Amino acid sequence: MPIAQHATLIPVVVDDDKCIADKGCTTCIDVCPLDVLRIHPETGKAHMQYDECWYCMPCETDCPTGAVTVNIPYLLR
Amino acid sequence: MKNTEIPAIDTDILVIGGGTAGPLAAITAKEQHPELRVLLLEKANVKRSGAISMGMDGLNNAVIPGHATPEDYVREITLANDGVVDQSGVLAYAERSFELIEQLDSWGVHFQKTETGQYDVKKVHHLGTYVLPMPNGHNVKKILYRRLRRHRVNIENRFQATRLLLDKQGRASGCVALNTRTAEVIIIRAKAVVLCTGAAGRIGLPASGYLYGTYENPTNNGDGHAMAFHAGAELSNLECFQINPLLKDYNGPACAYVTGPLGGYTTNAEGDRFIECDYWSGQMMLEFFRELEGGTGPVFLKLDHLAEETISEIETILHTNERPSRGRFHAGRGNNYRNQLIEMHISEVGFCSGHSASGVYINERGETTVPGLFAAGDMASVPHNYMLGAFVYGKICGEQAAKFALARELPELDWDFIEAEKQRVLAPLRNRDGIPPNQMEYKIRRLVNDYLQPPKTTKKMEIGLQRLRQIRTELPELFARDPHELLRANEVHNILDCAEMAAVASLYRTESRWGLYHYRVDFPERDDEDWRCHVQLSKAVDGSMQCHKRPLQPYLIQWQDGDENAYQNLRIVEPDCQVVR
Repeated sequence: MPIAQHATLIPVVVDDDKCIADKGCTTCIDVCPLDVLRIHPETGKAHMQYDECWYCMPCETDCPTGAVTVNIPYLLR
Repeated sequence: MKNTEIPAIDTDILVIGGGTAGPLAAITAKEQHPELRVLLLEKANVKRSGAISMGMDGLNNAVIPGHATPEDYVREITLANDGVVDQSGVLAYAERSFELIEQLDSWGVHFQKTETGQYDVKKVHHLGTYVLPMPNGHNVKKILYRRLRRHRVNIENRFQATRLLLDKQGRASGCVALNTRTAEVIIIRAKAVVLCTGAAGRIGLPASGYLYGTYENPTNNGDGHAMAFHAGAELSNLECFQINPLLKDYNGPACAYVTGPLGGYTTNAEGDRFIECDYWSGQMMLEFFRELEGGTGPVFLKLDHLAEETISEIETILHTNERPSRGRFHAGRGNNYRNQLIEMHISEVGFCSGHSASGVYINERGETTVPGLFAAGDMASVPHNYMLGAFVYGKICGEQAAKFALARELPELDWDFIEAEKQRVLAPLRNRDGIPPNQMEYKIRRLVNDYLQPPKTTKKMEIGLQRLRQIRTELPELFARDPHELLRANEVHNILDCAEMAAVASLYRTESRWGLYHYRVDFPERDDEDWRCHVQLSKAVDGSMQCHKRPLQPYLIQWQDGDENAYQNLRIVEPDCQVVR
């Protein structure tokens, strides 16, 4: 059976100018309990790849450069 | 026959789950027996995993000399659980509660103290005084992590344990595990296993409909409950669901244990108190539910009568600990504790002994019914254990698992079982299309809400069970496009097992008990004659789920006259109306 792709507004936003994932940092990716963050193959920066956020905040709290912002998921706002 | 294609790790003690209880089990075993190899397996990353990922704002069940005795505590927890308690398990916790507080204090965990340096304990429970605030409790995980490193516990992050291994004598002998980033399947061979996988928090669907907007950390989806079941362990009182009062939509604690001692409380829409005690119990939740559904609902957290400095203090605690995005949620809604009541609701259902009483059965030594298998924390059956109970039972399990491991050689493994398990775990990756894990999960959890959520009705639960069993036939159609989706697919198996166990156990107990947790509309009365006992669920020879009654242990501690109905009368009685002429 065919599979659809549909758009979802995701809550974790990474500021590419501040993110240093391209210099080897993986802090936010390491600490996320749900493992939803990955390095984007094109930009080399961290981004939220899976829409499974518990808005728990380790990614934002532990980011060494303050690049990560956790918003409340739209369905709960 | 040994299969050389599956990597194997040998250890003396395997601890599965690195959240709260798991680190204490691992640290304790290593501290007492540095010669033992201890492996801590974690599905996420030990630095930020489990229910206390972002810390905790207080101890909800501290038994501190001068404020309460272990006997007081056992009495209160027995009453709050409508008498269905093995007191030896609660007493073992209570007797070591203070030792653990002192240990954590010496490790640098900050508890609130008075000006004279005494623990500043608050009263929230109906009878006794057990709540110890931790306004700076945000760093608990960092402190645990330092201890794990100091004692050289081996840590493997990003592995999901999928099934326990047993030897020919039926003893726990390790597990099969899946690398959640690479989909590599490995085995871990061990002489003793401690399960610390937390609550089953992804059985029900939150009212928001958002799959990951659960009360529990969604990583805690019942992996351990399902693994224990498949290994033949008994699970206790699964019909005693966890249902908690929470901030509506945000679905995190409000939190009565923080705000209560500072003067906050729960009200109805008219701003009136309707319950005498905000301590979470099934009876309290039933009154909460009635108010939500009644003419004076919904229910609110009231803080607007408090002084500015008190509200600031509450905000600082609630917005930096446990669920720190609470502040962001309120800001987005324009909520302000200073001039508004904050709307509350009830959580989805789950299994969590931390707040209710359901879980993998353990005795006062942390032993399950499978030799060599121990369990602690939110997944094990000791009721109302909260964070401190997870630490205490983690420690108990660390001690007992070490003893078991020291008396045993590394076990022989069943390679046919391991190969079959590898095929089962990887099957969704081999499907080129089919049912995505998120859709199957949504459907299971929506059915749980429709058919199993209290008030429970026999016919509805029977329909629910039938629908869940239909989904079981669809499991081979699950498909995953990458290792991450494979992790979710394997979680769906366990969520389905837990949902089915919830239905089977709930149908078995033909009475109502624990307030809302097991409120059966067609059996509305508590029936002490037939049901003042535990319900044990286990795997029958044919693989199906079977239940039996287990008698209560004789009580070690009796309650005092007049107390026995303390938790039955939580609703505030209306004052007599004044007749105005």
